[in-house]
Amino acid sequence: MRRMTWFNVTSLTLGFAFLYLPMLILIIFSFNESKLVTVWAGFSTKWYGEVLRNTAFLDAAWVTIKVAFLSSCLATILGTMAAIVMVRAGRFRGRTVLSGMIYAPMVMPEVITGLSLLLLFISLGMDRGVFTIVLAHTTFAMCYVSVVVSSRLVSFDQSLEEAALDLGCSPVQAFRLVTLPIIAPAVISGWLLAFTLSLDDLVIASFTSGPSATTLPMKIWSSVRLGVSPEINALSTIMILVVAIGVITASLINKRNVVRQRREEAAAEKLA
Amino acid sequence: MALDVFAPWDDPNAKPLIQFQNVTKRFGDFTAIDDLTVDIFEKEFFALLGPSGCGKTTMMRMLAGFETPTEGQILLAGQDIGAVPPNKRAVNMMFQSYALFPHLSIWENIAFGLKRDKMPKDQIGERVEEMLRLTRLEKFARRKPHQISGGQRQRVALARSLAKAPKLLLLDEPLGALDKKLRQETQFELMDIQETTGTTFVIVTHDQEEAMTVASRVAVMDHGQIVQVSTPDVIYEAPNSTYVADFIGDVNLISGKADPQDDKLHMHWAEGQPAVVGSPLDGAAKGQDVHYAIRPEKVSISAEKPENAANTIQGEVHDIAYLGNISTYHVKLAGGQIIKAQSANNRRISRRAFTWEDKVWLSWTDTAGVFLER
Repeated sequence: MRRMTWFNVTSLTLGFAFLYLPMLILIIFSFNESKLVTVWAGFSTKWYGEVLRNTAFLDAAWVTIKVAFLSSCLATILGTMAAIVMVRAGRFRGRTVLSGMIYAPMVMPEVITGLSLLLLFISLGMDRGVFTIVLAHTTFAMCYVSVVVSSRLVSFDQSLEEAALDLGCSPVQAFRLVTLPIIAPAVISGWLLAFTLSLDDLVIASFTSGPSATTLPMKIWSSVRLGVSPEINALSTIMILVVAIGVITASLINKRNVVRQRREEAAAEKLA
Repeated sequence: MALDVFAPWDDPNAKPLIQFQNVTKRFGDFTAIDDLTVDIFEKEFFALLGPSGCGKTTMMRMLAGFETPTEGQILLAGQDIGAVPPNKRAVNMMFQSYALFPHLSIWENIAFGLKRDKMPKDQIGERVEEMLRLTRLEKFARRKPHQISGGQRQRVALARSLAKAPKLLLLDEPLGALDKKLRQETQFELMDIQETTGTTFVIVTHDQEEAMTVASRVAVMDHGQIVQVSTPDVIYEAPNSTYVADFIGDVNLISGKADPQDDKLHMHWAEGQPAVVGSPLDGAAKGQDVHYAIRPEKVSISAEKPENAANTIQGEVHDIAYLGNISTYHVKLAGGQIIKAQSANNRRISRRAFTWEDKVWLSWTDTAGVFLER
């Protein structure tokens, strides 16, 4: 391997510092003994204990997880259905407009999405709470799922499904037994994407929630407005940890599959 | 005749397994199949042969149930199957891409169709083992499709489509992905399996050699129509049009004016060249435009003018294509036309009789070629 030049080393260091220094400072200060956020007074884990005893935080965390789980499941179902129609239906009148409309919410400013959903819920006379946040999150997450799943479906050999029909499957069985298992990785990563998007959304949740439901990002945001506390640092560190574990696990699983497939294909080549 | 020849298409009492009755299929403005009528009989190995876009794949997809005819009827054992969905037909298909399920093992791939029929578990096991034996895949049962070679995948696809013992098996360019040697071996394997199982096979191919090798009858297609349907030898020796003659194998085509004399037909085709003499063409009047087709291997090449040949013509060797077992001589006539003549290389190359720019005589009998109207 080639040695890195001083230029490469410097740009790498600067880049990573830019990305991770803020988080690093946050993590370091979450172990601060002092109640003052910016003054170091020795190592302590007491703020973690405080977080776990703070029922307001725990309630908010529970609401967030509930919302993220429900909305990502709904978004995955709707997004996968949309992707299948878009990839399979072939050409029909208004196809371009329709597919554009599915992806438009991705570039729509969140404030506008949030506001329009709020107006809709008010005009329908719906009580705002967990349910409305779930609906709102489903709305904006489904287009991300749809993008992920349709990119997999484009390379999906249509004759696999025809073969299933030919061998006696009903269209529903063909989807369940052949299509779904093959596109499952894309569906799962779509679900994960929807889950994390919902987990850290602040703007849309603020617009569409009511007094009965506060998500964790909302709770953090409102506490920070009263001043940053070491407790918030500890809470954020926990969130970083959870997300990091999730991402690393997903990529490890993915990598292991790729490596195994390569090895098996190489073995088959040799055999042939 | 004492010999029991398999030829149900000549028997007026034979009941066809499949009947296309005036079938037309349009995709928007494009007519893929144009008023097509044909019968396919039980236990036949029927080949649909034609260039890409001739409608052969559409015909097959209509048999499988993935397309429905715009007009006309398709009957399977006397029943109209136009409205029957693919999963309710006693027809199975082997796909060009093989379409093996990548997430299932070879064993599970073959068992897939049987499980849909709610067959008891032990019977499924027996049937799968039988199919694995038939296609010599016993060792690979536990592997996934990406863990075996291309030739093995092809056999899995065949085993899977045969497992349900369909009345009719459709094969869509089944050997297209294999290299030449493997393809030839597999052609004979296919014929053996077809004979053992007694299933009716319909094969789609653009490879004329493949169609000739495996099929009991060949249908040559062009622009959504069947131009000729017959046994391979008739297709080759008695094509009904220049299209068929040209599509199957190598051929010399000459056009000219008809001149019936006694029981022979003469054709004048070039100033200063003798007329071509051959067996008559029904209804050919004097002066009518006709075509003459003759295969290169039926044209003899010699240094001296042969005695007693019905057709003789002089030319100069223009090009020699050496193919190992045979050589094709391109002989240029006085008018600039090229006639191809083939001879078997039963001598080593160093002792070859002719070389470039040699004056040679071409000759053939009056039954060697055929006159064609179109």
